[in-house]
Amino acid sequence: MKPVSLFFAALLVLAACTSKDKRKLPILGNREPVEKTVDGKTVTDTLYQTIPDFTFLNQDSTLLTQKDFDGKIYVADFFFTSCPSICPIMHRNMLKVYDEFKGNDEVKFLSHTIDFKYDTPSKLKAYANKLGADNPQWQFAWGSRDSVYTIAEKSYLVAVNQDENAPGGYIHQGWFILVDKEKRLRGAYDGTKEDQVKQMIADMHTLLEEYR
Amino acid sequence: MRRWLISALFLLIAVVFITEACQNQQDITFARYYTNGQALYGKHCQNCHNADGSGLGALIPPLTDTVFLRNNRDNLACIIKHGLEDTITVKGKTFNEKMPANHQLPDMDIAALVTYISNTFGNKQGLYDVAEVGKALQNCK
Repeated sequence: MKPVSLFFAALLVLAACTSKDKRKLPILGNREPVEKTVDGKTVTDTLYQTIPDFTFLNQDSTLLTQKDFDGKIYVADFFFTSCPSICPIMHRNMLKVYDEFKGNDEVKFLSHTIDFKYDTPSKLKAYANKLGADNPQWQFAWGSRDSVYTIAEKSYLVAVNQDENAPGGYIHQGWFILVDKEKRLRGAYDGTKEDQVKQMIADMHTLLEEYR
Repeated sequence: MRRWLISALFLLIAVVFITEACQNQQDITFARYYTNGQALYGKHCQNCHNADGSGLGALIPPLTDTVFLRNNRDNLACIIKHGLEDTITVKGKTFNEKMPANHQLPDMDIAALVTYISNTFGNKQGLYDVAEVGKALQNCK
């Protein structure tokens, strides 16, 4: 091939990359094929991992369920208020995301405490206020040890645990998990890293575009 | 001409090095404390107080209140070593969250930290040496 045609071929490939197809985020987590019968024919569909229904108490001591997140995309994380290690960094970063989407009623935030002993709803309320999370768009959830730890590990795929030797008494990963309106996992970002949080903001805009 | 230029350049570099070396003992001590303090800050303080000392909302106080730092100069070592459960006012805001203790830090590290903090984030309060820390720690409330 002559160099000129090679050049045009390369240009074509590049153009294909920037085609008008909307970029979509991947769907994360486990998946399994299911066979369905549509119009008398058997078709195979993919069943994606979703966040199951939950019941927690929020910072106002009112019931928090999956219903509060219907029609929203949301970011979930796990923390505790007396955490001296990564939580302040995570929530300093989350605050930037919160400010970016403040007033957007398609976006919510859900922070679960893993300190079920100390972080009662009133403690969470004080924490939220002091942090600057002053509207119901950012929910702080309290639940029993089992309910929170199970949803963290089985559904959000975030490792959390009690550990007497860890600073503050708990260990946990600093992931921000992006969940779509169908309750599927669409992104996981290290909440302690500024560049990944920036990426999450961009991805959230991309995700919202999918619903336009 | 060219040779002359090169020797002039060398001379200039030599002069710069000699002046640098003439940094007095006090400056060197300060630089040593400050550099150590910077590394220790990254390890022990930055998670909460942020790299730029801005803290976090009304949860974690900023380290930019020069007046607070000056008024509490004798108390800073105690706060770092033993933590804080008091209510304090920094930059006009009230803070009452608990700060964890750092009992493991030797006096030398605390001195380096106070030197770093009180000479960064818009503060300029000079050296805080290890002897001062020793004295301050004996009078902790």
